[in-house]
Amino acid sequence: MSKFNRRKAEQDETLADGASDQSASGSDHSQTLDLIAAEAVAGDSAEPISDEQLAALSRDQLVVLGGKIDEVTVLSNEYPFEAGSKAEKAAERQVAMCFGLAGLFALAFVIIYIWWPWKYAATKPTDFTLASYYNPLLGITLGGALILIGIGLVIWAKKLMPHEISVQERHEFASPDVERLATAATLMQGAETIGLNRRTMIRRTLLGTASVLGLAALVPVVGGLIVNPYKNNELYTTLWRANMRLMRSNGTPIQPADMEPGSMQTVFPPVAGALSEPNSPTMLIRMHADQAENFRARPNQADFRWGEYVAFSKICTHLGCPVSLYEQQTGRILCPCHQSQFDITKDAKPIFGPATRSLPQLPITVDVDGYFVARSDYVEAVGPGFWNREDRP
Amino acid sequence: MSATTTTGANSAKAGTGRPAMSPAGKVGSAIDDRMAMARPTRRLLNKVFPDHWSFMLGEIALYSFIMLLLTGTFLTLFFDASMKEVVYNGTYIPLKGVPMSAAYQSTLNITFDVRGGLIIRQIHHWAALLFMAAIVCHLLRIFFTGAFRKPRETNWVIGCTLLLMGMAEGFMGYSLPDDLLSGTGLRVIYSAILSFPLVGTWLDFLLFGGQFPGTDIIGRFYILHVLLIPGIILGLIGVHLLLVVKQKHTQFPGAGHTENNVVGTRMYPIFAAKGISLNMLSFGLMVFLGGFVQINPVWLYGPYNPAQVTAGVQPDWYMAFGDGLIRLFPAWEFRSSWLDIPPAFWTVLLLGPVFTGLFLWPWIEARLTKDRASHNLLQRPRDVPVRTAIGAMSIAFYMVMLISSGNDIIAEKFDISLNAMTWAGRIGLLLLPPLSYWVTYRLCLGLQQHDREVLEHGIETGILVRLPHGEYIEIHQPLGPVDEHGHGLLTYGGAAIPKKMNKIGGARRAVRGFFGPIESPPPVRQLEAGETEREKVNQP
Repeated sequence: MSKFNRRKAEQDETLADGASDQSASGSDHSQTLDLIAAEAVAGDSAEPISDEQLAALSRDQLVVLGGKIDEVTVLSNEYPFEAGSKAEKAAERQVAMCFGLAGLFALAFVIIYIWWPWKYAATKPTDFTLASYYNPLLGITLGGALILIGIGLVIWAKKLMPHEISVQERHEFASPDVERLATAATLMQGAETIGLNRRTMIRRTLLGTASVLGLAALVPVVGGLIVNPYKNNELYTTLWRANMRLMRSNGTPIQPADMEPGSMQTVFPPVAGALSEPNSPTMLIRMHADQAENFRARPNQADFRWGEYVAFSKICTHLGCPVSLYEQQTGRILCPCHQSQFDITKDAKPIFGPATRSLPQLPITVDVDGYFVARSDYVEAVGPGFWNREDRP
Repeated sequence: MSATTTTGANSAKAGTGRPAMSPAGKVGSAIDDRMAMARPTRRLLNKVFPDHWSFMLGEIALYSFIMLLLTGTFLTLFFDASMKEVVYNGTYIPLKGVPMSAAYQSTLNITFDVRGGLIIRQIHHWAALLFMAAIVCHLLRIFFTGAFRKPRETNWVIGCTLLLMGMAEGFMGYSLPDDLLSGTGLRVIYSAILSFPLVGTWLDFLLFGGQFPGTDIIGRFYILHVLLIPGIILGLIGVHLLLVVKQKHTQFPGAGHTENNVVGTRMYPIFAAKGISLNMLSFGLMVFLGGFVQINPVWLYGPYNPAQVTAGVQPDWYMAFGDGLIRLFPAWEFRSSWLDIPPAFWTVLLLGPVFTGLFLWPWIEARLTKDRASHNLLQRPRDVPVRTAIGAMSIAFYMVMLISSGNDIIAEKFDISLNAMTWAGRIGLLLLPPLSYWVTYRLCLGLQQHDREVLEHGIETGILVRLPHGEYIEIHQPLGPVDEHGHGLLTYGGAAIPKKMNKIGGARRAVRGFFGPIESPPPVRQLEAGETEREKVNQP
């Protein structure tokens, strides 16, 4: 008898047991099981099952007994293929092949992990060296091993394990009334015992203290974190001050002749940390002559520009991204985050997208040495709006 | 069991009445003598799981979370959650000499200088994406089949909380490297919080320890990302699963499926084998993606710099809907003498009720349907047209937002005007949800009708017969007993109705197996005397 036949035979026997238990006719065995199950479920029984009876049960009977206690009945447990059939053997080979291949993949993973030249040595991201294949190879080998184990298990479960249909009983989810009432009574009586409802003075002082204690627990957590946003005027000011030169990111100043018409240059104030300060980045733009002619400044800001040159904050007034994409022919600036568009000839007014406010303009001029300088800080808060941005001190 | 019988049972185990115990048996006894684990263990082994693919979605989320814990722990060994400025001097030549935060530098080190660090980092990122995708799919399954109804409202709320926690966890996770892309996203969140009336500025300074970006946020996100939020997620997953075990699974209606039972496979051994196989396949997929498909190549973006940005800025997919909504929202700003409400705040205001509605859905629906009974049998989406249509409406709303977060990419790749994409999104956001509602509602009714039609007239066999007087009719296969007019007597019970002959065994699949038939068809049998062709087909 092959192992498949043997297993099938065991299975049949178990099923036969289960089936006969289902029918009321019942053999001696099933009656015994029912009794034991009843005892285990009820917790106490007039007639405890003797150790001898328990010892006499076979493994299959014990499994059926466990099912009865847990209210699980196995209705069918059929193997997909006949034991010893060609299809079954083929399935077994498939599973073994998957597991074997998985082992080979895992081995390849270990070997590649240890001995592949993995150290990245390319000078450009587009250069390909052997190290470029290290990560993909790790993924294929380890991922492949795991996937093959998974596929092997799926084939095993689908083709070699029985297709089981079991039924488990389910009961009304709520507790019986007796449990509910007894629990509620216990709670209420306990409260009464310690006088929770009678002793109003204790109750009130305790409640009052508890709320103050809660506050006491909260205060150090939040208190340590609070920072006054208005203390240093940070929200309203940038690093720009009067007579500061407009510097490129490499720290060099700019003369008017350095810029072609239609070009744009990101500039920073010449102070330490300016490159990483969030609100100071500024765009210096040289407009085309016709754009400069049609330029419409805001009231009181007509002298903020210097001829064809204007400087606008680079920080989007919508959500603070750098508005980096400048289209010189149309004079439009696009924010790549949410596609707000600003028209520099209309004083960087938003003309499309979710932004609502113009980009603030930095007043500029040229100093005695011929370099661009700021005439002052921005005259309004830079970047995204907040509730009291108009209250600039 | 009474005290005496317990003692009796123990003495029996130790006694000579039983055969000698195997080593495993000895371990089992040793444990049970101390913790009485036999019964709970066996109850768990015997727990019956319904057999349906859609019950596996939550499992995938669980496996992704396990993968996140495993890979995340590895990453903490190398990650330096500090915004201290350093100058890079590592392996990656294009960034040599560039000033950056220690966090970004350590991310580069994980990528280039820790052996196998890149694959762990990428697996971690892919697992996060899969975690969120599985949660969303799981949520949709629960929603459309009514699995959230009493008594499972608590688990619905826990699931929604897990969704939000996952979003927060993911956002913080991809912010930690402090690269150009994530820094931009962080500034968008900072600016969105800044838009809150009265409290925005205070909240931001509380969170960031000062003005953006400050020097605190990465360290704070780090402790939230590796300890606090994973702890909460882990705890919630625990309660989520405990409740599933205690309340038992729901199941689709079907033969023998009632409100008072669960039909399926016992956990041990077959369901466990299937679960482990799904676990291995999910792990394998994540590892394969982590190695083979590049994700978040921070070394290409460079360190965060407030003056720079890359074109095509998108958050990870589970945050993208918010970004899309922000892109589509009109430029509305409220201004009065003392209060200024920026446009970003309206989107926050809009998403608030959306998420509140999601959390409260079980109670909203119970109030609308006046159905306050407990349900263990699921509903087919077509049988609850209003809920299904509301679900479809929400998906349409979500998808327009999601697609709009990539509208610049779509505009570029398909050579469409960017402004046209924005307008399409704005109009789509208003029109597509009601349209989806209507279409889905009609589809549900149509499918319901077809179910009844098949029950009444039977399955179309595809066999056309010409009657003696010349009329052509198609033969229908009744699903059960019929009345004198040939109409089926079965009523609809909420289960799927077979609508093809092969679903009722009337026609074989032409070929089983991928490369060739894996089983031979049954031998052809001659009709026996008095047997009709139909009877022969119906023989098992």
